[in-house]
Amino acid sequence: MGAVKSFSLRSYLRSAAVRDSMGIGVAVGAAGLAFGTAAVAAGLSPAQSVFMSLFMFTGASQFALVGVVAGGGSLVAGAAGALLLGARNTLYGLRLADVLGWRGARRALAAHGVIDETTAVTLAQPDRESARTAFATTYAVLGSFWVVTTLVGALATERVSDIGAFGLDAVGPAIFLALLWPRLREGGGRNWLIAGAGAGLALAATPLLPAGVPVLLAASAALIALAGPSADPPAPTAAEPASGSGPASGEARP
Amino acid sequence: MTLWIALVATAAGCYLLKYAGLAAPRRLLDNPWLRRFATAVPLALLAALIAVEALRGEGQSLAWDTARMGGLGAAVLALVLKAPFLVVIVAAAAATAGLRALGL
Repeated sequence: MGAVKSFSLRSYLRSAAVRDSMGIGVAVGAAGLAFGTAAVAAGLSPAQSVFMSLFMFTGASQFALVGVVAGGGSLVAGAAGALLLGARNTLYGLRLADVLGWRGARRALAAHGVIDETTAVTLAQPDRESARTAFATTYAVLGSFWVVTTLVGALATERVSDIGAFGLDAVGPAIFLALLWPRLREGGGRNWLIAGAGAGLALAATPLLPAGVPVLLAASAALIALAGPSADPPAPTAAEPASGSGPASGEARP
Repeated sequence: MTLWIALVATAAGCYLLKYAGLAAPRRLLDNPWLRRFATAVPLALLAALIAVEALRGEGQSLAWDTARMGGLGAAVLALVLKAPFLVVIVAAAAATAGLRALGL
């Protein structure tokens, strides 16, 4: 893409931005295998699985929607859950807008590539040029791998008769766990509280509400983030990052 | 057919959410409340998804499946050992399949 113009292939391939981007793109893109597997196990066709990877292109939302389909839940609730999860990409876009500084058609294309991994790689770059290179490379590598491995996983799973025997029912929760893990590790006690409250709310609501809705309800646990110590912007907390120890918000939960 | 409609609509919505971020006025990000809430939503949703999928039973009921839970335990172990994403997933599936083959 645009960032790769004046250009010796060797120095391009040797830059740190490109190495990181390719590594992450290949590793994460390969997880499309897991998505294709989960999607077909849930009853989607390979064409529908690939459509999702190509156009939705945001893993957690895709898995969430597929999970609701698998549970026989309402598609509206499933779509709403997927969109809620996708809303974090809006936040990423806000951060990336300045860093990338693209407009018009280029921005419209880049928007499709705004996901966890492209954001992480791009924001780690020291300047705009390498940020653009990193974004474009991660997007291209991860995106194409993601789509191709989705197809492979979907076609392979179509030939598997017994999902349970291969442990494929553990794939969905394991993926969400792997996505959640880094956030728990960097966020301290408050993040554990939010996650615990979300899980508790969803479990408590599962027997009562149609599939998909309990997960939506769990989003309200995010309100905990607004309570407690470092919530007030005017407070002089600049030196001390949010070391959110829980007790201030008395929300120990089901 | 309804499923296709849901897929197309969700895909369009996901794209618009991404585009809105890239195109929105930057000062939105300066609102600390919005930022904190938006950062916390995925935490709550992901945890809810883990819980609901791990304990999914027939229909709307919850059920304990030892093999599946063992698989999640393997995933936690892999994460603690800083294994790459795909290794975590494969560990979960393999452990679940293994435990099931043992009759758990």
